[in-house]
Amino acid sequence: MNLFTAINNALFIALETDPSSIVFGQDVAFGGVFRCTQNLQEEFGPDRVFNTPLNESSIAGLAIGYASMSGGTAIGEMQFADYMFPAFDQIVNEMSKFRYRSGNQWNCGGVTLRSPCGAVGHGGHYHSQSPEAFLTHCPGIVVVMPRGPKAAKGLLLSSIRSKDPVIFLEPKALYRAAVEDVPVEDYEVELGKAEVMREGSDVTVLGWGGHLRVLEQACDLSKENDGISCELIDLQTLTPWDIECVTNSVNKTGKLIVSHEAPVTSGFGAEVVATVQAECFYSLESPIQRVCGLDTPFPLVFEKYYIPDKLKNYEAIKTVVESANNNN
Amino acid sequence: MIRLREMDTIFQNSQRQGRFSFYMTCRGEEAIPFGAATALESQDVVLAQYREQGVLMWRGFSLQQFSDQCYSNESDLGKGRQMPVHYGSRALNYQTISSCLGTQIPQAVGVAYSLKLSAANATDDGRETKKAVSLCFFGEGCSSTNDFHSGLNLSATLKCPVIFFCRNNGYAISTSVKEQYAGDGVISRAPGYGMAAIRVDGNDVFAVHAAVREARIYALENNAPILIEAMSYRCGHHSTSDDSFRYRSVEEVQHFANESDPLIRLQNFLKHHKYDNMTDDDFRIMVEDEKKAILYAMRKAERKPKPSLEDLFTDVYNEMPPSLKAQQNQLNEHIAKYPDSY
Repeated sequence: MNLFTAINNALFIALETDPSSIVFGQDVAFGGVFRCTQNLQEEFGPDRVFNTPLNESSIAGLAIGYASMSGGTAIGEMQFADYMFPAFDQIVNEMSKFRYRSGNQWNCGGVTLRSPCGAVGHGGHYHSQSPEAFLTHCPGIVVVMPRGPKAAKGLLLSSIRSKDPVIFLEPKALYRAAVEDVPVEDYEVELGKAEVMREGSDVTVLGWGGHLRVLEQACDLSKENDGISCELIDLQTLTPWDIECVTNSVNKTGKLIVSHEAPVTSGFGAEVVATVQAECFYSLESPIQRVCGLDTPFPLVFEKYYIPDKLKNYEAIKTVVESANNNN
Repeated sequence: MIRLREMDTIFQNSQRQGRFSFYMTCRGEEAIPFGAATALESQDVVLAQYREQGVLMWRGFSLQQFSDQCYSNESDLGKGRQMPVHYGSRALNYQTISSCLGTQIPQAVGVAYSLKLSAANATDDGRETKKAVSLCFFGEGCSSTNDFHSGLNLSATLKCPVIFFCRNNGYAISTSVKEQYAGDGVISRAPGYGMAAIRVDGNDVFAVHAAVREARIYALENNAPILIEAMSYRCGHHSTSDDSFRYRSVEEVQHFANESDPLIRLQNFLKHHKYDNMTDDDFRIMVEDEKKAILYAMRKAERKPKPSLEDLFTDVYNEMPPSLKAQQNQLNEHIAKYPDSY
């Protein structure tokens, strides 16, 4: 399966196993602009899989209201993460605080909002954004970003079944590009847990989402050229994030690179850096490096220069290891 | 309506005395919540703005519960987390109020969509089911929010049994309707959404009741939304943080209080109705009884302890994440170190 078929498969299972579940958003009825919802309306009918008007706040509000009623499962789609901002009030002021503010009388834990995110080669300002850090600053919601088809299916099923509202960000560049063996059966990947993709001893390299493909290449390059052993971690869930997994790794390697496509200032990398320096101060052998997008809007023709590509990460890995060696 | 008016007066005065932090009355608009609530069934779900506490009162929310919420004590169902008047009750099918204006409008559509599917599924399975609508209150100021448009358009395209109830009381804080819209009020927008609508005298409890009763029948028969615009006047200040005489005249308020008070209008009806024949003395006794009950509930609420500090941390998520647990431990240790400062 590629990423969109894995998502489609997870949605199929969710609709089949939970009669209260509904799937909706802009253009989902004919299968979605990325084909993630194809054949679902034919299979489950227009009452459970349907189009909404072009209005993100509607989608989020509908999801919250539906989920507030006796545990209904609402799976909404925002066509691009870049267009989530009109729904921000519903997400930040309503969805995230619904349980807390009512003293747990009411909740909207059945909400999952899926949205394509990240660079795609030619997406310009509004088809490329990675808005995760805007969301991680908001207590009460879970933010998830899978790195490929297999993780995506398990994480999406966990998100849909989670008792907390989840924003599920799908790296759109991988919808067709990434192909993996994905189990056809129903399975879940636990939320709030990072995954160590590769064990290593010299440096911890941390990322999430589609960007891990870039980081894998950077780790390969470091191994081939410089014999550096990288421990590569996929955070998978950004809030609440797996602090223990990351700090265990950094306590072992003594070095950390955090890399994400979103702009560097106040990106989620900053949160990781601050936490790791507090928890692992005495283990750190060199300054933590962030390899991120620039503090500019996401540019069209300059995309190749903007993104934190494998060479930028390779350089950072080398610098961090050399700086530690020079200090010893 | 007498109970609500007396509660509003006493609670507002209590806020003025610093007994709690904030209050909002619905003076002059009491016919709206009672007219509406009496036309609904208990399975109907209400999503309100903040000036509709009469619905909860009609449904059985006690004076003690109102007091406990305003005093943020350990009996508050909301665990003391929200400002006063942000009531909610799962048992009474009344979703918890939030301060953000208009956000409840598209949510009411989601609620109605759920009610519609449940009713259809029950019918398919041959079960007996009670059909239900969602009723969403908002003020005329709220009709300018993005979510007003979001919710109304969504409800019409999705064909949901929801009643949108606009309290048009002339003002959004200091902003008069002249600065709020240039069209014919709020009702004039309904045809553009392909939606039925009714405008009623919001100070006539029977008119409000009839409008909601008919709207409910219409919404359920057609699986369609409907908009009610109830014309009223906000006789009180916007809130205890507002002095409304800085932007409107005492004469204007007096005019509405004298000429169209919904409580006086109902009392006149009861005095002249041959089955009731109530007298001014009857009303005076009722007022005194209510005052006593309110003061009793307040005194009791005032004496109750605040909620447990654990409630600061719970319910953010269904289960407390480790990072939040760590913050809880940190705060507890800090307080243990400086017990006299908190």
